[in-house]
Amino acid sequence: MSEIGLFSFPGAGPLWLSVRLAAVTTVLLVLIGTPLAWWLSRTASRWKSPLEAIVALPIVLPPTVMGFYLLVVMGPYGAIGRWWVELTGETLTFSFAGLVIASCLYSLPFAVQPLQNAFESLDKRNLEAAWTLGASRIDAFFTVAVPQSSRGFLNAVVLAFAHTLGEFGVVLMVGGNIPGETRTISIAIYDQVESLNYGVAHRLSAILLLFAFSVLLLMFVINRRWQQP
Amino acid sequence: MNAVTNSNPTVDIRYALRLGTFALDIDVDIPMHGITGIFGESGSGKTTLLRCIAGLETRGTGRLAIGDDVWLDRSRNISRPIHEQEIGYVFQEPRLFRHLNVRRNLEYGQQRTTMKIDRVAFNQAVELFDLQHLLDRSPADLSGGEAQRVAIARALLRSPRLLLMDEPLAALDSARKNEILPFLDRLHNELKIPIIYVSHHIEEICRLCDHLLVLQNGNVVAEGELQAVLVRLDVPTLSDEEAGSVILGSIKHVDKTYDLTHLAFSGGELLVPGCIGQIGDERRLRIRASDISLCRQRPDSSTMLNILPAVIEEIQPASGPMLLLRLRLGSDRMLARITRRSCDKLALRPGDELLAQIKAVAIRN
Repeated sequence: MSEIGLFSFPGAGPLWLSVRLAAVTTVLLVLIGTPLAWWLSRTASRWKSPLEAIVALPIVLPPTVMGFYLLVVMGPYGAIGRWWVELTGETLTFSFAGLVIASCLYSLPFAVQPLQNAFESLDKRNLEAAWTLGASRIDAFFTVAVPQSSRGFLNAVVLAFAHTLGEFGVVLMVGGNIPGETRTISIAIYDQVESLNYGVAHRLSAILLLFAFSVLLLMFVINRRWQQP
Repeated sequence: MNAVTNSNPTVDIRYALRLGTFALDIDVDIPMHGITGIFGESGSGKTTLLRCIAGLETRGTGRLAIGDDVWLDRSRNISRPIHEQEIGYVFQEPRLFRHLNVRRNLEYGQQRTTMKIDRVAFNQAVELFDLQHLLDRSPADLSGGEAQRVAIARALLRSPRLLLMDEPLAALDSARKNEILPFLDRLHNELKIPIIYVSHHIEEICRLCDHLLVLQNGNVVAEGELQAVLVRLDVPTLSDEEAGSVILGSIKHVDKTYDLTHLAFSGGELLVPGCIGQIGDERRLRIRASDISLCRQRPDSSTMLNILPAVIEEIQPASGPMLLLRLRLGSDRMLARITRRSCDKLALRPGDELLAQIKAVAIRN
C-alpha cells in the first residue's frame, strides 16, 4: 500500500494500518464483548469463573506465548488456518484478517472487563421498571441498560483501541512484517531502531506517546465529569 | 351462584409459591373498581404477591384473570411476558431513568403501550400530578415527593388495566407523604383503573382504599369491603393499638366560631375539628378504637364532643389488659378499645345499649 497523501512521511503507512486495525478490532470487540459481558454479569453458571479467567488471560500471558499459539492454530496446517485456506484460498497468518483475529483475542479483556463492571453496577430495579412499562428484554437492554452503562462503553472502546494500537509481540508472531498488510506502527518503530533510523523512530514513538496520553486524559476527564451528578 | 363473573367482573388472583421457609398461598377475587388495599406486617408476602401479579416473580404456580381475560394460567400453559401485561407498577422507590428527563420518562411507557386508545392522556396525567413545571428536568433534580409523583404518572401513562402500587410512600418522610396523598385521592376519584395498593400503614389504607385484603404469613386472613373488614375482631393484624373503623359522613353544618364541622352519618351526628368542606360534601372519618370510651349513663358534663347511643355487637375474647368491642351506631360499626377490667366492671354484654364517647378525625379532603 502506498503512503497516503497527507501523511507522506516514513511510517505513515504503518500508522494508518495500526489505526485501521485498532478501529476494526474495537468495533468487533464491542459487538462480541457486549453480549459476553452481559452474560458474565448476570449468570450464576459454574462456567462463569473459568470463562472470566480465559477472558483475562491476555493480561498476564506474554504476548509472544499468545502469538505462538495463535500462529500454530491459524497457520495453514492449524485448525482454524486450514479452514480459512479452504474458505478463502489465502493463509490467515501474515494477513490483515489474521491480525484482526489475533488483536480481538489479545484486547478482549480490555473491552469485556469495563463492560462487565458497568453491567454489574447497573441498578437491576430500573430494568424491572422498564419491563413493567412495556419494554421487552431486548428493548430494555438498549434503552435502559446501554445508556446507563455509557461510561463502561467509553472505557471499553478507549482501552480496546489504545491497547490494540500498541500491540507488538502478538503482531510480530502472527503477522510478521509485511508493509501495508501487517507492518503496524510498533513493528515499524522496531524496524527503524534496528536500522538505526532514530529520527523516524523518535517521531513515531512521540506520536504514539502523545496519542496514548491524550486518550487516557480524555477518558479520565469524561469519567470525572460523569461522576459529578 | 354460577355465571356471575360477567355481570360483576373481578380480578381473579391465585398464586402458590414457596421461597425457602416462606410460602405464599393466595386465592382471591378483587373488584375491578376502586382501590384494594393489601395490608400486613413486613414479611407477610405483600410485595411478593404484587410481584407475582406483575409477572416479575415467575417461580411457583398461579392464575391471573382480569374479568374474562386470562393473563396467566400455569396449569394451561398460558402466560404473557411481563411487557405484554397491561399492568402499571409503582415501586417503593421511584426508579426513574436517570438518563432521560421527566418528559421522556413519562413517555417511555406511553410509547410502548399496545392500546389503541390511551386510558390516560399525557396532559391528563401531567395535570393530575402537577408535573408541568418539571417536564424538562432531570430526575436527579427532583425531590423525593416529586420523583414519586412522576413515577406514578409514568405507570399510569402505560394505560394499565390494573395499577399496582407497592408502598409508594414508604420511602418518604411524613411531610412528603402529605404532599403526595392528595394526588392519590385524585387518582382514586378521577380514574376508573382498579388499583392494588400495598401498605403496612393502616392510616394510608383507611384513607385511600375501598376494599381490604389482609395478609399474614403468605395467606389471606380477611378480605372484603374496607369498612366491614376493619371492624372484624378475629384478625390479629387489625387488632393492635392502631385498630379502628372508617365511616362516611356528609357535612351538615360548618361551625366557623369554634372551627368545627358537623357530619351526619347513620348513627347520628359527629363533630370533627377544622372546617373541612362545604355543606353536602362527603368525608371519610377514621375513628381509632382507643378514641372511643363507653358509659352507661350520659355524663352531666363531659369534654367529649360526641356522645352517641351505641349497641354492643361483639366482644373480643381476650386475656391481656385491653380488649376490642364492636359497636353498632345506626347501620355503621365502630371498634372501641377498653380495658378488660372496665369491661368486667360495667358487666358489658353483647346487645347492651350504652353511650359511646367518640373522638373522630376526618382523613380525606
